[in-house]
Order: sequence, then structure tokens, then C-alpha cells
Amino acid sequence: MWRACGYPCQPAAVPGHPFRDVVVAGVHNARQARVLEGETSFTITIEAALGALADAGLTPRDVNGVVGALSSDIAYELGLGPVWQSASQLGIPAVVEAAACIAAGLSDVILIATGSAGVYTERSSTAPWTRPNNEFVAPYGMFTAAEFALIARRHMHLYGTTSEQLATVAATVRNNGHANPEAVYYGRGPFTPQDILDSRMVADPFHLLDCAMTAEGGAAIVLARADRVPDLPNRPVYVLGGSTDRIGPSYRHAPAWDLTGRDPDGIPNGYVGRRAAQRAFATAGLGPDDVDTCEFYDPFSFEIIRQFEAFGFCGEGEGGDFVLDGTIGPGGRFPITTDGGTMSFGHGGATVQLLQRVIRGVEQLRGTCPTMQVDGASVSMCTNGGAGALFTDVMILGNGRP
Amino acid sequence: MSDFLVPQPATIPRPYPSAVSEPYWEGAKRGELLFQRCGACGHAEFDPAILCRKCGSRDLAWERSAGLGTVYSWTVVWRPQQPSFVVPYAPAIVDMDEGYQILANVVGCDVADLAVGQRVTVEFHPVSEGYALPYFRPV
Repeated sequence: MWRACGYPCQPAAVPGHPFRDVVVAGVHNARQARVLEGETSFTITIEAALGALADAGLTPRDVNGVVGALSSDIAYELGLGPVWQSASQLGIPAVVEAAACIAAGLSDVILIATGSAGVYTERSSTAPWTRPNNEFVAPYGMFTAAEFALIARRHMHLYGTTSEQLATVAATVRNNGHANPEAVYYGRGPFTPQDILDSRMVADPFHLLDCAMTAEGGAAIVLARADRVPDLPNRPVYVLGGSTDRIGPSYRHAPAWDLTGRDPDGIPNGYVGRRAAQRAFATAGLGPDDVDTCEFYDPFSFEIIRQFEAFGFCGEGEGGDFVLDGTIGPGGRFPITTDGGTMSFGHGGATVQLLQRVIRGVEQLRGTCPTMQVDGASVSMCTNGGAGALFTDVMILGNGRP
Repeated sequence: MSDFLVPQPATIPRPYPSAVSEPYWEGAKRGELLFQRCGACGHAEFDPAILCRKCGSRDLAWERSAGLGTVYSWTVVWRPQQPSFVVPYAPAIVDMDEGYQILANVVGCDVADLAVGQRVTVEFHPVSEGYALPYFRPV
């Protein structure tokens, strides 16, 4: 299917896998809820960080690298210093950067941690991380849902994609969260596609239940060079490949499906993530058919359809049909967002939920998911994205050493 | 709640121009929709840029658009970004006849009449401190 889509895998440029000696040693989701009373972004970040270190069987004294918006505070509070530090954006870019830093010898036990609490207080407005202040979009009332709606509407026009297909995605993801005791929206379902369509409209074609929720929480991951963690309590998970795709700043430019850079025949904004996926699959020596679980980022239902097309799981315009017939549900060939994602599991501010896609991929490959565990899963594809396409990040994890 | 789309009240956040975009907003105050044309390759550029995004030339000159275009994509927002906005409102990307795209809200029609391919024309409505915002209305 990969080759049929016209995006052949390229062999890795270097002999041997660059991340052969890098393991995902520890992961942790901190407590999460719609509102975490008494917590701040920093307190919940520390909770996540300590949880991930414990999960790896490590202590703060073992750490010599730290990543995150609050990385300076973490380094000081946990007494890690002196350490290698990056204020990289969280989520997949941070994990890929950490893996590369370990491979390059800059550091060998890296703590990646984030948390968000007490940030979303003006509830009559949309969440602060969704609201632009740019002169060309803010006066038109734009926010994340409207940005992605303009992408989805264009796809519906081009290919006849339907609201029912979008609703099938949302119902699938929300049912994964409904079943997951660790999800903020545990027990809120089950949902049928009609339930999604019956919810109030937010930004046409997105109903309320087509959209991510907001919550508070924290998440952390520890990456280490394998020889530093010989006695891991959990099965090691490996970074088989990863890359990031960026077209421009969020919330400034019209989110047009066909937006391209200087090359008019280049990958358009609608398929942002395709280049990153090609890179990630090439590093891994794998293709879409090798993926067992699709821990895709789900800010809006259509994003899942778009990503299946962008990454080459199906042809352009075929994503709407691809998500029907159980392919993306429990027991399907490509189960999506198995913890319930940003729609139901958690959405801790601007960055927690990004890291949570990677954590879920790790749990699948350890075989420890409390719900929706995919039997024998050996390869998980995790993604992040945002801002009406414009960026998509890809990571491929495996439980076999590359 | 009516489904008829109208301009927003003047109390919504006004645009805050940059040095690059100042001519555009000054044009809007005069009721003129401006964009940049590349003198090297002819590319129509929007939003305002320093270099042509297609060829890299610095030879960008302001031109006045005829204000006519076609709806490329649209949405209708029912949950406002912030309380000063009145719902529903309809952000759309418009393919301008001069060959560039612009994002603005469509007014002067019912939400049910929005469609990709709809021909629209620009009109201006005031916001605070003398600024004016372009909107589009079906032709």
C-alpha cells in the first residue's frame, strides 16, 4: 500500500540504526482532571517527572539532561544540575531531539516533563492556547476549531467526505476513553456516530463532540542510553524513527489546504506530516502496513482522516471511507488513539497531551494498557499536530531493538 | 438566534499593524483592499511579506484588488473565540481574482447559503480607533 501511494521508502543514510542504543526507559501520566484544584503547572510537572523516573527505576541523581518549557525550574527543584537542558517544545519534537542528543553523546539520561494547571481561567473565551492575536486572523474570531474546520471543509468539497465519517472517528476515539478508567471522560459514553452529530455545532463541520476537550494534568518521559539502564523494571521501547513537519507559525496565515512553499508542486499544507512520515518510516525501515497501533493526535475528528492520507495508509481522498467498517476501532487493522486521546483521555493545556500520545504508544508496546491493549503490538505510530494543519510530528516506536 | 450573517460590532479586537502591514490597514481605512505583487515573478502575495514567498525577490509593490473572489473554504462558528464576538460568524478563505488567498468573514447571507465556489465581493466595516475590517458578501 505504501508503494502504491507513490511514496517509496528510502534506505537509512547511515549503516546501523541511529537510535539503536536509545531506550524509552520510563513514562508517566500525572493525575488529570478537567480542573486540578490546588495544583499549578509546575507542581503537576514535578509529579509527572518523579513518576516517570520511578517507572524507569531511576532517581533524579541519574539524570543528566532535561527538556521542557519549565526545564530550568525542574533542573533546580530536583537538584539535577549541572545538566544538558533544552527548552524545546514538548511532545514528539522533544522526544526526537532527546533521542538524537543521546545518540550524539550530549547526554545519556534525559527527563522530558510537562504539566498544566490553572491556565484556562477565562471560560467565556476559548482556551488561551487556541486563541491567536495576529492581525489577520484574530479580528475574524479565529481559534483552533475554526482553523481545522477550514481544512476539513475543503477536503469535504474535494472528495465528498461526510460529517458521518467524521463522527465515526469521534465516536471511536471517545469510546476508547469511555472504557479507560484513567481517562478524564471515563464512563461518559458509549457514543454512536449519531450522538456526535446530535451535539451542538462549534465550528461547522465540527460539533462539540468532534472536538478535543480541555483538562489539566502532567506527563513525563525518560529516555536513556541502554547501558545506563540495564535493570529496567519494564520492557524497553525503542525509537525506530521520528521527524517533524512545519510550514509556518500557528494562527497567522490562512489555513488553506493547498498552501505550499516555493515549490508549487511540493507537499501542500493539507498533507503536512507526509515528509515527516516518510523520514520516520525510512529511518525505521518500515511502512504503514507494519504499524500495529495508530496513536494519532485527535484535536478534531477530521485530523485522523487527514493523517491516514498524509502518511500513506490510504490514497488521497480515500480517508473518509478508510475510517469506516471497523478498521480504526478495537480489533481493527489500524486501531486509533487507544487511550481516548484529546477528546476523552486528557488535554492538559498546550503540551501535556502531545507527550501523552507517545506514552500511550509505549504502553501498547509494553503490553500494559489497562484497556484497548492490542495483542502482540510491536510497532506504534504516534503523532502530534495543530493550528489548522501547518504542523504535524511523527514518531514510530517499537519493542524490538533496531 | 438568527442564522443571518452580519458584521461584528466595532468592539471586537482591532488589528495591530506591523511596519510591513501598515499600508494594508491604511488602505482598508480608505475602503481599498490592497495586496502585494512581485515585480520579478508576478506572484500575488498576501498576507503582507518582506520577500516574495515564491521567488524570494524583494521587489514587492502594493496593488489595489478589485475586491472580487470565490469562496475556497468556509466554516460557521457558533462558540465564539471570546465574548465580544456575536455568533454565528463565518470565517472563509477567499480565492481573489488577482491570484491570492485572504481570510475574512462572510456576511450578508444566511448560513445555509455558504458554499465553496460562491462569488463574493469585499466590503468594509469599522472597528475601534478608526480601523476598518474587510468582509465579503455574496455577489
